Amino acid sequence: MTMRGPVGDLPLTFVDVSILAGEVTILDDVSLTLDPGAPTVLIGPNGSGKTTLLRAAMGLTAATRGRITWGGREHAPPDKRAFMFQRPVMLRRSVLGNLIYALKAAKAPRGTQDDRANDLLTLVGLQALAQRPARRLSGGEQQRLALARALARAPTVLFLDEPTASLDPHATLAIEDAVRSIAALGVKVVMSTHDLGQAKRLAGDIVLLHRGRLIEHTPAQKFFVMPRTQEARKFVAGELLV
Amino acid sequence: MPADTSALHLVISGDPALLAIVRLSLLVSLSAVLLAALIGVPLGAFLALTRFPGREGAIVVLNALMGLPPVVVGLVVFLLLSRAGPLGSWGLLFTPQAMVIAQTILVAPIIAALSRQTIDDLWVEYRDELAAMNIGPAGRIATLIWDARFSLVTALLAGFGRAAAEVGAIIIVGGNIDGFTRTMTTAIALETSKGDLALAMGLGIVLIFIVILINALAWGARRAGERVAG
Repeated sequence: MTMRGPVGDLPLTFVDVSILAGEVTILDDVSLTLDPGAPTVLIGPNGSGKTTLLRAAMGLTAATRGRITWGGREHAPPDKRAFMFQRPVMLRRSVLGNLIYALKAAKAPRGTQDDRANDLLTLVGLQALAQRPARRLSGGEQQRLALARALARAPTVLFLDEPTASLDPHATLAIEDAVRSIAALGVKVVMSTHDLGQAKRLAGDIVLLHRGRLIEHTPAQKFFVMPRTQEARKFVAGELLV
Repeated sequence: MPADTSALHLVISGDPALLAIVRLSLLVSLSAVLLAALIGVPLGAFLALTRFPGREGAIVVLNALMGLPPVVVGLVVFLLLSRAGPLGSWGLLFTPQAMVIAQTILVAPIIAALSRQTIDDLWVEYRDELAAMNIGPAGRIATLIWDARFSLVTALLAGFGRAAAEVGAIIIVGGNIDGFTRTMTTAIALETSKGDLALAMGLGIVLIFIVILINALAWGARRAGERVAG
C-alpha cells in the first residue's frame, strides 16, 4: 500500500525511547513502529508502561531519551490524533456541548458542527441524551461520549487507554463494536487492555510490555498461538507476570 | 423595639431618602464587584495556569491582599484623587465613582485569589483532556472560566460581602454626603456617632436583609444553572 497526499502521523515510530519520572524508569529503551492497519493492542501487567507508551505516542509525555516520530516528523502537532483516557473527564456542559467543544477545538467548519455532532451521537447511541449534563451520565455512557469526543477530531490515529476497564459486558460490547467500525473506516486504533479476550477479539498486532520494556511485538494470530518469548507464553497461558 | 421598627417602617413606607441610600449602596457595591470580577477572574485564571518565576510569591501576596484594610485603601485612593494628587484632574473625589474605585481595589484581590484556587482545582482535572484536544493557552483560560462559572459565583459573593459591609474606604473617598454619597454603612456610622443607635440598628438590619436576599438570588441562579449544565 502506498500513501500519497499530505504526510500523516503514520508510521509512528519509537527509537530507543526511555521515559523517566524522577529516578523511576517507566519506559525502558523501547523501539516500536506502528503502521496503518488493524488495531494495535498493548498488553502487560499493571505498571508495565502501557499508559505512558500511549501518552508518549499521543505527544502528551516527552521522551527522556530517544526519538518519537510521526510520519517521519519529530514535531507533529496532534491535529489528527485523539486520545481517550481511562477515566475520561466530562466537561461541565451538556452531552452535545462536549461534542461541539471538541469539534470547535478540531476546527471543524462551523456550518457542519451540528450535523457532525448528531452523527457522532448516533454512532455511540447517545442521541436521546444530547441535552443531558455530561457529568450525570453513567460510567458506560461517559465512556461512549468520550469516544465520540475523540472521534470529533477526525483522527487518523486513535489512542484508547483501557477503554472498557470499568464497564459491564454490555457496555464493553458497545465500545468494542464502535472500535471495530472505526478501524474498518481506516482509523489506526492503538489501545491498551487488561482483557486478553478483548485483545484476541480486536487486535491486528500485539505489543507486550513488562516493567517498561517491550517484550514482544507480533501479529495477533501468531502471538496467541506461538508466542516467541517466555514472558508472552506465560502471559497467554494466564500466569502472573511479576 | 420601637426604634428598629422606625427604620423598618421607613423602608416599608418607601421613604425616598432611605431608598436612595439603599440604591446607592447596591449600585456602588455591585459595580465594584463587576469591575473586580473583570479584573480578578482572568487574573486568577492566569495565575492558576501559568508557571513563571515568582508565581508562588505572587499567590501569597494576592492571598494576603484579601485582608487589605479598607481605611488604608480609602486613604490611598483619597491621595490619588485629591486635588493635588496625580489623578486630581479627574475631579472624582467625593463622588460615587471614587467609592466604586476604592471598593474595586478592595474586592479584586478576593475574587482573584478565590478564582485562582477554584480554577487551579479544575485545571488539575481538565489538563490532560485539554492537552489531548490541543487547546491553546487562551482557550484553556476561557474554557476553565466558563466551566467553573457556578463555583466562581461563590468568589463573587465573597467579594460582594466585603464591598457591602465595608465603611472605612467609602467614607474617606465618598465623604458621606447626604443625598449624594451616603450609603447604608456610612449612614450607620453617622447615626451611631450621633447617638441614634436605634436608627443605626434599624439600618443595619435592613443591610443584612439585603445581603441575604442577594445571596439567595445568586444561590438560586447557581442551582438552576447547575441543573441545566451539570
